Amino acid sequence: MAPPSSRRAGHSRKAQYSVFTGYVLAAVGAVIGAVLLAISLWRPAAFSDVRGIAVDAVEPVGQVGAEARSESSGVVGTIRDYFRAGSQNAQLRKENELARLRLAEAEAVIQENKRLKKLLGLQDQELAPVVVTRLVGSTASSTRRFAYIGAGRLDGVRVGMPVRSPRGIVGRVLEVSSNTSRVLLLTDSESVLPVRSARDDTVAFAEGRGNGQLRIRLVNLGINPIKKGDLFVTSGAGGYYRPGVAVAIATEVTNDGAVARMVTDPSAADFVAVEPIWQPELVAGTQTPASTELGAGGSGN
Amino acid sequence: MERINPRSRTDRYGKRINREPLPLLAYSLPYASILLGSLLPVLFISAEMPLMPPLGFMMLLGWRIMRPGLLPQWAGLPLGAFDDLLSGQPFGSAILLWSLAMIAIELVEARFPWRGFWQDWISAALATTSYILLAIVFSGAKLTGAMLTVSLPQLLIAVMLYPVIARFVAWLDRLRLMRIRVVA
Repeated sequence: MAPPSSRRAGHSRKAQYSVFTGYVLAAVGAVIGAVLLAISLWRPAAFSDVRGIAVDAVEPVGQVGAEARSESSGVVGTIRDYFRAGSQNAQLRKENELARLRLAEAEAVIQENKRLKKLLGLQDQELAPVVVTRLVGSTASSTRRFAYIGAGRLDGVRVGMPVRSPRGIVGRVLEVSSNTSRVLLLTDSESVLPVRSARDDTVAFAEGRGNGQLRIRLVNLGINPIKKGDLFVTSGAGGYYRPGVAVAIATEVTNDGAVARMVTDPSAADFVAVEPIWQPELVAGTQTPASTELGAGGSGN
Repeated sequence: MERINPRSRTDRYGKRINREPLPLLAYSLPYASILLGSLLPVLFISAEMPLMPPLGFMMLLGWRIMRPGLLPQWAGLPLGAFDDLLSGQPFGSAILLWSLAMIAIELVEARFPWRGFWQDWISAALATTSYILLAIVFSGAKLTGAMLTVSLPQLLIAVMLYPVIARFVAWLDRLRLMRIRVVA
């Protein structure tokens, strides 16, 4: 099939000019795009307001999608469980016995913990989540791993707050608009999170690799103490995340750390909780240059 | 005549006498379907890797290839801007790449005017592949080999999906030109 003849200019001046104008306009569009792209690569937050308005407008559709998603996963799970009931029952009974033992041990540890904290004069405070909401969308066709949640500035969400599912950390709030927020997921290649091993006190950084896995990079190089299957929890360093929340499980030990998998699967998570920044003073401190005195009205973030 | 065959005065676009297409529908449907294509991947949660093909871009390609001349040459600017707002790419990336794609397809069309299914598919596949790869470059993240491997499934899905998109665009095109308006 040949293109319609109206687009062949022939000898008509008017037609020739309109074809030429088309090219010029398209080129101008490309140049505008290149300039905007350069600006947003230079200042990533440059267009966050416009983006926020767009996502706010789309959010109701995302809520419907989120509900459909949680229901459909439930149906599949129910059928699967039905087929595995017998073997699972035996396995669960065995696990239950072990868990009872561990629970008794854990109670003892809690008692000891309380006693030690009293000695140190620390207050045992439970952090109440700022808001509990749903994941309404994600950037499923881009290499960057962002998600959108259905709560924003009006619900008290602020930039930097950790987002977690019942299983563990999902990510951190990156941009806030009035009714939605953009979350940087742990798997994004720009995400870095201070962690420690739950087994011993190995401190490390969990970096996203951009392919769904996390890279655990040890802070102290030397003999690598990580074993396959080790659980990593937040260490509390940096002040954003409170310590002791599950992050990832090591799946493969490498020279300088490990490759790990996220504990929580955001696509299966029904609800996520946005938690307040654990230690706002510490976060403000890390963002203040060493030459400026803290508390003297520096960066009031 | 109508008593013998009630469809005698109709064709695939509806009744032929006294009817014409609705201008609003005829001109807005292409844009609406491209915007929906940009919106759809956002509604899926994928925390691990990009799996959804860039549906907005593929709808643009579909309309551009199936109906040359319907979308103006500069259509990449507004449509790409909408895609940028939702896709997670830095703002401007889709504006640039969609505009370049419109120019590239125009040039391919001028060079090879007699097109067919395979040529359409090949040019769409080339355009989609370079779009996905360039989008990775412009994503604002440090480039790693892992990113490239992880985008391969997405690439494959996108290339295989083009004929489906083309059929869908053809169906939308028939819907767009349905004779709905009654002329007095």
